[in-house]
Formats: sequence, structure tokens, C-alpha cells
Amino acid sequence: MFTNFPFFPQQASEQAAQIDALYFFLLAVTGFFAVLVAVLVVVFAIKFRRKHDQEVGYPIHGSLALELLWTFIPLGITMVMFVWGAQVFFHMTRAPKNAMDIYIVGKQWMWKAQHMDGAREINELHVPIGRPVRLIMGSEDVIHSFFIPDFRVKADVVPGRYNHMWFTATQPGRFHIFCTQYCGTKHSAMIGWVTAMTPADYQTWLSGGSTGGSMSEAGAKLFTDLACVTCHMDNAQGRGPVLKGLYGKQVLVNNNQTVTFDDAYIRESILTPQAKVVAGFQPIMPTFQGLVTEEQLLQLIAYVKSLSDGSAQGVTAPATQAPSGQAGTPPEIKK
Amino acid sequence: METIAPPTLNYLNNGHSLSSWLLTRDHKRIALLYLASITAFFFLGGFFALMIRLELLTPAADLVEPDTYNKLFTMHGVVMVFFFLIPSIPAVLGNFLIPIMIGAKDLAFPRINLLSWYIYVLGGLFTVVAAISGGVDTGWTFYAPYSTSASNSHVILAGVGIFITGFSSILTGLNFIVTVHRMRAPGLTWFRLPLFVWAHYATSLIMILGTPVIAITVLLVAVERGLHLGIFDPALGGDPILFQHLFWFYSHPAVYIMILPAMGVISELIQCFARKNIFGYAFVAFSSLAIAIIGFLVWGHHLFVSGQSTYAGLVFSIISMFVAIPSAVKVFNWTATLYKGSVSWDSPMLYAFGFIGLFTIGGLTGLFLATLGMDIHMHDTYFIIAHFHYVMVGGAIFGYLGGMHYWWPKITGRMYPEGWAKFACLNIFVGFNLTFFPQFVVGYLGMPRRYAMYAPEFQVYNVLSTAGATILGIGYLIPMVYFAWSLKNAPLAGPNPWGARGLEWEIPSPPPTENFATTPIVTHGTHQYAPSHEVGIV
Repeated sequence: MFTNFPFFPQQASEQAAQIDALYFFLLAVTGFFAVLVAVLVVVFAIKFRRKHDQEVGYPIHGSLALELLWTFIPLGITMVMFVWGAQVFFHMTRAPKNAMDIYIVGKQWMWKAQHMDGAREINELHVPIGRPVRLIMGSEDVIHSFFIPDFRVKADVVPGRYNHMWFTATQPGRFHIFCTQYCGTKHSAMIGWVTAMTPADYQTWLSGGSTGGSMSEAGAKLFTDLACVTCHMDNAQGRGPVLKGLYGKQVLVNNNQTVTFDDAYIRESILTPQAKVVAGFQPIMPTFQGLVTEEQLLQLIAYVKSLSDGSAQGVTAPATQAPSGQAGTPPEIKK
Repeated sequence: METIAPPTLNYLNNGHSLSSWLLTRDHKRIALLYLASITAFFFLGGFFALMIRLELLTPAADLVEPDTYNKLFTMHGVVMVFFFLIPSIPAVLGNFLIPIMIGAKDLAFPRINLLSWYIYVLGGLFTVVAAISGGVDTGWTFYAPYSTSASNSHVILAGVGIFITGFSSILTGLNFIVTVHRMRAPGLTWFRLPLFVWAHYATSLIMILGTPVIAITVLLVAVERGLHLGIFDPALGGDPILFQHLFWFYSHPAVYIMILPAMGVISELIQCFARKNIFGYAFVAFSSLAIAIIGFLVWGHHLFVSGQSTYAGLVFSIISMFVAIPSAVKVFNWTATLYKGSVSWDSPMLYAFGFIGLFTIGGLTGLFLATLGMDIHMHDTYFIIAHFHYVMVGGAIFGYLGGMHYWWPKITGRMYPEGWAKFACLNIFVGFNLTFFPQFVVGYLGMPRRYAMYAPEFQVYNVLSTAGATILGIGYLIPMVYFAWSLKNAPLAGPNPWGARGLEWEIPSPPPTENFATTPIVTHGTHQYAPSHEVGIV
């Protein structure tokens, strides 16, 4: 019935090796102290076992030197843990500039993924190996958490905001996705699979997948359908700010604060437009809360973002840079 | 040893009517009222745990529906945390022993003490009604916006239960603090206090400072759920991360409400059964306070993957490392106390040995979770479940059971069968480790918590866990049987069956209602066994 006792998950991402190194360090240090304490207790309990009923212990009241020793040695060791853990954490929270973005929306009880070129999938996520992938994640309802144990990455997916995580897959294969933030009845069924593929296979998969155009194309259509374009015009004649070239810049808003024009700000401006109005404009934009879905929001963001990366129609082509040295291993599962 | 005959009039036979119990203001009788009620809740919570483990025997959700499973783990957590672990040692052993240990006739506010028990029972009734009428499915953490906007279960009813019970905790803490400040016997200076009292003093600080915050938090959940005022749900304009900050601001220190009193018990056990005063008294006493204070500043380590700012994560990580140090200091001091002691292997001491080993594992695995990069992978997996059960069961429950065995002769005037007690202790130790150690492994493999169904490759560890839980469950039942049996049948204990040093061992067993015929005068600290010291009462 049970043929194997696995002790470690697969190491299927660059992050996994870093985390496992930290894990082995922690295991070694804590294992040493656990064994030390256990051995001392057992040895003392046997060696100083009560010999006769009237026996009493030898009165020792303490030792400042020992107290300092076992205060500062553990303190020093935990500081090593802290620094090492913080380094790994910083690395994990900062995606490289060339990371490929994929949008994830969690809802009770499924994971929806949208690739930049428009390909969509549910409870599946196809990614190329050897290339950093950044997931930009939002939730339609309650808090979820996106966890890929074989990659050692996890981030909560929180309604009302975007959380990010990134990884670089290192080997082709199928790996679990688990929701790890309790989200109701079918929490334990909110699972899926990451399929890591060679870049060539990934391109093949992408070209076979999408029919409805890229995310930013879908966003451009929404931008017209929702009449955003009537105020946010290409020139300064509109009643709203020109969005071209704004993404990633600092903008001045009405209370003299500056905010970064990023995903979170675009989202907030669509759902609660009065919160931070760009300086010089009237707070006349209506809210689109309830009119756009989480996925449409992401498409609008992708469109606004595309207005700032130089492509004339604001349409991003999926990046096609293929890392060198990847053998053309076929993926285990074909789309 | 002094005369073995029990005192003719003691707190147990001083009045036999129901009202003499239900309207009592005797801290010892109130302790027994608490003992009865927390024992009932312990077995209720244990029943939920049993159902959880049986369901997890197979990967599919085949014994119960996922909805039922979600309610089972929620009710297990709510009952065990709020209605067993938090009141366990303070309300039973603390209530019984603190006045006696400081040479007082009762707590400072006997009526408030009785009131706190009634409040506890009222809160418990709400929770039981919530459980019977359909249950709650939010997890004991009540995370918003699930609890406020999505769940279709009795969230408000259970929340009201927790809200009410919190006041019982606050009143107990207040009572202990005032009692320790104002009612110590002449000569009982702060640095002669038993370490059990120090631990309860630190615990009481957390109770009165932290508990109001959980009351506010569940109130806000009820307000958002009932009135749709936007507080936590972003669809209503709220912030779900705010809930987590508020919740853990209490619920992380609450962990120390559970473990500090157990540490106090262990300090007493080690000294008595090694016949030796503690190594480094001041360090053990102050480490309790350090844990209580630093423990208030680490809540953010529950939010490392929530989207909390990276820099907040750094601050909470380093402070979480600091809080490990006083715990380590305690473990080293207990171990050093054994050195050149006269160590007996009586059953309470076996629990103390077990505590040191298991709490050490529980504490050290906490370092994994305080380490930022490591926690990302482990967060919300079974590694966490294993970690906090090593602290809560291996720590708090081992402390509680060790204390119950140690003071049972004082509380009832009777011994218990030592052979059975040793057997039960071994049983619990083996069952506990078999239940929870595999969960470290399956957690690192990636099995998430709160899963009614799981991937088949995790099954082998779940089978081991369920086997262990069965042994553990039997281990818990054995003491119930022999404790009940001992009340009528076991030999009389006499005032001091262990040859211990401390004020509680200088009065008869069971103690008279007023504890001391004359107020004792204290000339030195407790647990002075070496011949150069005299007995505590002059």
C-alpha cells in the first residue's frame, strides 16, 4: 500500500534549492540543541537518581557566567537564522526585471490564470522552465493562498489588492498547486497543477491556446466598451488624465501626495475613483465597482500598462526570449 | 512525616449542599468547579479531534462531508484554545494554589473569582449551542472576509461565546495580580515567591492587556456580519489584513497564556523531584516576564505571506527570534537544576521530563517559522500544526497533567496508583509523538492544513498520525479513571507526600477552608532542601 516514505518535496525551482539549504541548516542547529537537552536530561536523571529516601540535592543557586553563555550563544545563532532567512526572503519578494507576468485570480473554489497573450486556463498553469515567472494575484471573494510546494513558493491571494510571487522553474513536469488559506467548503478541492515546459514546448502550447487576443487587446476593447475612452483621451483635451506613458511613474494627487501609478493604483482608481484623484482634475469619475470582474480589471490594467511600453497599439507581444541551453524535452502532459 | 489522618473539617466537607458549591467563594472550591467544566470541554474538543483524525485516515472525504470536517476542526480549535487551554492551569491550579503559596486565606476578590467561573460557563454555553445548532466553519482564527461575508454558519453565536469568556479570563488575571501584590504573607518578598506564582503573574499581565483586543475583534466581525459596516471586507471598503493584525495581537500572546503557567508548574516539579532549589532563580522568574512582554511584539510573524510589507516582516522576524531566548534560558536552567540533584522518577517528574523534551522541539521548530524565507514554504502547512501541538500538548497539557498529579494529593487528600500513572504518562508520550512527529514531515512535503481531502502521497503520514491519536486518546482516559477511583479508594496522602518544600505542603491535605490557622511568616524561598535551611514556617 505504501511503497515510499518521501521526506522532501521535489526541488523543481531555483528557489527550492535555496530554501532547502536554509532548512538543512535549521535542522542541523535545532537538532543539535534538541539532542543536547535530551541527552543532558536523561544523563542527569540517571546519574543523579535518588539513592535513598532522605537524600537531598546539592544546593547550587546559579552561575552568572553560564546564564550569559546560554543567553548570548542562542542569541547569536538566532541572528544567523534571521539574516539568512531575510536574505532568502528578499530574494523571493523581488522579481527580476525580465520576469514574465501571469495574472491569477482566485475564487471559491478555483484558480483562474491569464497569460499576457490572452491564453486562459483554470486550475492549470503552464510555465516555461529557465525563465522567471511573476504571478500577479487577486481574489474575487475571500482570502486564498497560492502554494506550489515543489517550488517552495507561496503568497496569499487577498481580495482588494494584488499580491505577487515569482519563481523560476528548473525542470519539466507537473507540480501541485494547493490553496493554503482556508476559504470554505471546498478549500481542499481548490487545487491544481503547474505544468513546467521547455520554452519551445511552451511556445507551442501558447500558440495552440488562445483565440480571443491578448490581455491588453481585451483590455483595449473594454476601455472602449465601458466608455473610459471618452474622458481618458489620447490628448490633453479629455476630462481625465492621459494614461499614455504614465505606468510606473510618480503622479501628484489632489492632497499633494505622490503615488506610484501601478497596478494597485489603477485598480483603486477604477473601483474607488475619488480616493486619489490626479492633481488638476475634477473628482467626476464614476465607480466601476460591480461593473467589472476581477479578470476584466486585470485586462484593463494590462491595457493601461501597454500604453507605456512603446508598442503603438498598446498591445504587448508575448516575450519570446528563449534561454539558451534548453534541450527540447517534451512535456509530460500535452495540452 | 506528620500525622496521616485527614483534618476532620476541610474545604471539601465544609458544606455538602449544591448551593455550598455553586455559591462558594472559596478559591479551592471554585478551582474544582473550573476543573469539572474544563474537563468536560477537554473531552468535547478531544471528540472533535478524534473525528478529524478518523476522516484523515484516507485521502478522500469519505467519513464526513467537507462542510462537516470544516466545522470539526473549527470547533476543535475554539473549544481547546478558549475553553480548555487558556483557563486550564490558571483557573484550576492557579486558583487553588496561588493563595496558599503566598500564605493567604483566599484571592483578593473571592466574589469576582466566582463571577469569572459563571462568565466562563455562560460563554461556554453559547459555544455549545453554536456547535449543536449547526456549528461554525471559519476555523478558530475567524479570518475575514470569510467569517464576515462568506460563511453560512453560526459565526456570531460562537463569537459571542468567545467575547463573553474573555471577561472571565480578564477577571482571573486581575484577581491574581492584585492578590500577588497585596496579600503575600509577611516575609514573602518578590524574590522568595514560588516560580509558579511568577509565571502566573506574567500570564495575568497578558490576560488583562491582550484579551480586550480579541473581544474588540470578534465584536467587529459581528458588526460587519450583522450590520454590513465595512471594516474587514474590501467589497464594503474594509481591509482584511487589519483583521489579521487585530486577531494575532491577542492570539499570539494567548499562546503564552497557555504555556507560561505550564512553565511555572515545571519549575515546581523539577525542584521538588530533584530535591534542589532552581538553578538561576532570577533568570527563570524574569524570563517569564520577558516572554510576556516580548510576546506582545511578534504577532506579525503570522502575516509573512499575507502581503504585509517586507520591512514589517523583517521587524517581526527578529523580535520573534528574541522571544525564543527566554524560553531557551528556562530550558537550560531546568536542565542545570537536575545536576547534582536527588532525582526521583515519580510520575509528575516523568511529565516534567516529557515537557522539557517536547517543549524544546516545539520551541525550536518555532525558529523555522520565525525565519522569513523558511516560513514562506511552511506557512499554513502541517508543519505549523505539528509545531503548535508540540507547544500546546507537549508543553501546556504535559504541564497541566504533571501539575494535576503533583497536587492531586493536596487537592483531594488521596494518592493515586503510581504504576498506572507512569503507564499513562508513557502512553501519552508515545501516542503524542506518533501523532504529531509525522506531521512535521508531511508539512514540509507541502500538505496544507484544514484539508478534508488530500493528495494520496501524504496518506502514510496521516495513517501514522491517526494511529498515534488513538493511543493518545486512550492515554488521556486512564488518568480520568484512576483519579476518579482514588477519591474513595486510594490511600491517604498526608500533608506532604513528596517531601516537598513550600507553603502548600505545610498545611493539611485537603486544606481547611481558611487554608492557614495563623498567617505564616516566611523567612526564605521555596524548595530549600539542603540541610542548612530550615522549613518555611517559623
